[in-house]
Amino acid sequence: MTSAVSDTASGRPPSNVPVLQVRDLSVAYGTPRGSLGAVDRISFDLYPGESLGVVGESGCGKSSMGRGLMQLLPAGAEVSGSATLAGRELVGASDQQLRRLRGEDIALVFQEPMTRLDPLMKVSAHFVEAIRAHRPGVDKDEARHMAREALAQMGIPRTRADNYPHEFSGGMRQRIMIALGIVLKPAVVIADEPTTALDVIVEAQILDLLDRLRADERVGLILITHNLGIVAETCDRVAVMYAGHIVETGSVEQVFNDPKHPYTRGLMASTISLETTALHSIEGYPPDLVDPPPGCRFHPRCPDAMYQCREKIPEHAEPNPGQHASCYLYPGSGQPDPEEPPGTLAAALHA
Amino acid sequence: MPPLSGRRVTALRIRVEHALRPWRRANPMARRLVLLGSVITLGFAFLAAFPSLVAPYGEAQYRHVVGTNEDPAAAEGRCGDEFECEDIPRRLSPDTGFPFGTTSGRLDVLSRVVWGSRVAFSIVVLSTVLAMGIGVPLGLISGYRGGKLDRVLVTLMDAIYVIPGLLLAIIIAFVLKAYFAPGLLSAAAAVGVVYIPQYYRVIRNHTLSVKQEPFVEAARSLGAKPNTIIGRYVLFNVVQSVPVIFTLNAADAVLTLAGLGFLGYGVPYPQAEWGLDVSRAISDVVSGFWWTAFWPGLAIMLLVTGLTLVGEGLNDIINPLLRVRGFRGRVPRRLEPAPAADTPVEVNLSPAPTQENP
Amino acid sequence: MPGDPISAALGDRLSAEQIEVRRQAAGLNDPILVQYGRYLGGVVQGDLGTPATDPRNVRQIVFDLVPATFELTMFAMVVAVVIGILVGAIGARYRDGPFDVGGRIFGIVIYAAPVFWLGILAQLLFANRWGLLPSGNRISARIVFEDPTGFYLLDGIITGNWALWSGALKHLLLPGMTLGLVISGVFIRMVRVNMLQTLRADYVEAAQARGVANRRVVFAHAFKNALVPVVTIMGLQFALLLGGAILTETTFSWPGLGQALVEFINRRDYAAVQGIVTFFAIMIVIVSLLIDIINGLLDPRVRY
Repeated sequence: MTSAVSDTASGRPPSNVPVLQVRDLSVAYGTPRGSLGAVDRISFDLYPGESLGVVGESGCGKSSMGRGLMQLLPAGAEVSGSATLAGRELVGASDQQLRRLRGEDIALVFQEPMTRLDPLMKVSAHFVEAIRAHRPGVDKDEARHMAREALAQMGIPRTRADNYPHEFSGGMRQRIMIALGIVLKPAVVIADEPTTALDVIVEAQILDLLDRLRADERVGLILITHNLGIVAETCDRVAVMYAGHIVETGSVEQVFNDPKHPYTRGLMASTISLETTALHSIEGYPPDLVDPPPGCRFHPRCPDAMYQCREKIPEHAEPNPGQHASCYLYPGSGQPDPEEPPGTLAAALHA
Repeated sequence: MPPLSGRRVTALRIRVEHALRPWRRANPMARRLVLLGSVITLGFAFLAAFPSLVAPYGEAQYRHVVGTNEDPAAAEGRCGDEFECEDIPRRLSPDTGFPFGTTSGRLDVLSRVVWGSRVAFSIVVLSTVLAMGIGVPLGLISGYRGGKLDRVLVTLMDAIYVIPGLLLAIIIAFVLKAYFAPGLLSAAAAVGVVYIPQYYRVIRNHTLSVKQEPFVEAARSLGAKPNTIIGRYVLFNVVQSVPVIFTLNAADAVLTLAGLGFLGYGVPYPQAEWGLDVSRAISDVVSGFWWTAFWPGLAIMLLVTGLTLVGEGLNDIINPLLRVRGFRGRVPRRLEPAPAADTPVEVNLSPAPTQENP
Repeated sequence: MPGDPISAALGDRLSAEQIEVRRQAAGLNDPILVQYGRYLGGVVQGDLGTPATDPRNVRQIVFDLVPATFELTMFAMVVAVVIGILVGAIGARYRDGPFDVGGRIFGIVIYAAPVFWLGILAQLLFANRWGLLPSGNRISARIVFEDPTGFYLLDGIITGNWALWSGALKHLLLPGMTLGLVISGVFIRMVRVNMLQTLRADYVEAAQARGVANRRVVFAHAFKNALVPVVTIMGLQFALLLGGAILTETTFSWPGLGQALVEFINRRDYAAVQGIVTFFAIMIVIVSLLIDIINGLLDPRVRY
């Protein structure tokens, strides 16, 4: 399911060596009721200068995936599988190794910019701290200079570097957070709902900044969001998550114009646009991840469900070149039963 | 009593289950501490309820009928004529007959400690009744009516609240002494006044928020009288915060009483009050008798610890703010709007409006 | 009012009419609010009243005794803050570990101990049994000294009187430690709770995500932010500290305001009691103002 989509935004050819390779990554939380598999064996590649949108409903595991990559999880959470960042394995790395990687090679931009800066510290001090954590040789003045440059790049006046966080608006704080993320020029930036807390105009500015970053600095960008519009505007490729699984990947054009997985179709149908005449929603609720349904996790809600859907998780089929869907509707997903037409299970379930 | 129907039993079980859920989710250490606190508190409550079952002697008994622990004053008959009497020895160090020793006033320390728990509990109960009896109605009226009355009361209560609790209790006891003979009631009043502002504040603020609830607005728009609204709708809702204040204040009240007693403004001797007993033991300490001061003080510390463990523990369990992050609630089940999947589900602390029929 | 100072002092020597005349002259027959208003007018001008049983006026009494009380409470506050921050912060960092559980239990139990009882036990052990420290008073009568400030530790340094300094410290240790230990229970609990919250704060996680070293995350972010509310708690504890000082001073025969207050109460000297209580209230207000100012210095978000 690796695919290199041409780098449309920058016009440069994409590198064919992925900067981040994720294989069978799982994230599980310990709960009083048992282990909750928030992310279940997902795999994907990310290339330098590429932006990958990860979409899905709340609770589908997209944020857990981002945090799993950073290994920033609460006590009692477990990450397994493999994620290699420029040849270095993240899963199972020591605390010291992780500390060196975080910020320097892989950065995370959070959802809530208002609470992510230490209220007692000047903005510049955040930069000095981050820079010197990775490059102890850099002296404070030099670090402050780097801070001002990074801030200026994000459209924050250099003169405001020594202000305190509360003196900035939400949009400015998010730009500060991004500047903090990129000041050390990491290879991969994970942005987890970076604009959810912001208004639409600020959202556009932030997305534009992220896009420039990707194009100019050849950063691999993972944009986690529930907002399909953002993905359509800013991403090259998209991965659709449902209940901890990646159910479909492909280029933005493919997935938006011709969604293959029934869940993706439902998701596309439920977005509101000018052409919307009636509201669509997907019947039912996402499954309980402590005790997920057998087989394809979407089958209890799927209009095309077949009996075999609850037997085994379908493989990723490739209905179009570069577009993958984990669904028995497409050849290559396992052993489709030629006798059984789509929707038989769904009909039986809803009868 | 008619047997409960199956449906009612189920409904009851669901309610109990619901009430116990925070308890089950709390971490084992918190639960153990609450249990330990309950055991200590119930132990003292037992002593307070049945002191004569445990105390070998009476509260102020300094002599006994030879061969028994009986108080000659309570026995029918006279010493020397019908039976032999004997004084309890002075300043006896703890030994088999007197496990906690005796005082210079010929009193058995163990018995004093046991009887002291009765005074402590009486004061806690009486002072709470007073503090609630004044604080809750004032809070209700002040919060519901608002306006000038509210501002005056808030200022007054704040003024009372700034004064150190013990100092306030001393002043009240001092003033009351001019009018009443010192005793349980005046000591309880002195202690109780300290806690009025706390009940007042919590109830007032809670009333302010309940006042905005739709069901109160609905009752008001239907033309219910203010008294009906306060009595029926608001009271039922705000009264739920009272037990929390009580558990937190009870421990403090025991300490305030002890301080008052130590300074001589609590209940009068020879009633058994721990703080008073410690103060009477100061001179013993100078001569090296440790037991007269040690045991009553230990009793204060134990009871306060027990009450604190229960109060703080319940508060922690009910208030899930500090629960470990790894434990989370159910996955949110809505498509939009999207809270981050990883934010722990906050349990709403504010009591749900009880759907009482009007 | 029954038990007013005139009847208390002269009731058996004067006739009812004579007492009435004197009450009238002293303004005791005016309505309470008028009397109180008159009193407050005096307070504004620095007049805290005149005791019936002491030749000094209340202001002089306060000036004489306040250093003793402040020396004791400041010492206790330092003890409480140091213990509270250490035990609370380490406990929060290693949450639910043995140190945390031990620290929490210590915090609850020590706060549950009546301060006078702890004081008596301390006297019993350190003074009577082992003879290590004096059991009461601020300084032994044998030491000759000058006290320009009344704060003996300070005076010892100013006048270069080493015997005064060490003697005062020795006398201060038992009462100061006792009161400080009791108050530390509150600080342990508060520091721990604050630190638990700041350790989980978004900015702490964000710092971790930038690869900031763990130790720096804990100290520079979590710990510093946890300390801001502790300053507020210090202000709130001041009232508790004054209450504790009354008991501690009585236990250790510490010649401060608390002990004087108890004595005046025993003598039913209303004017003196009212004056000292008013002074306490003024102190509490001043301390809370100070705390607001300190908070403004510590927290850039606070502006006036």
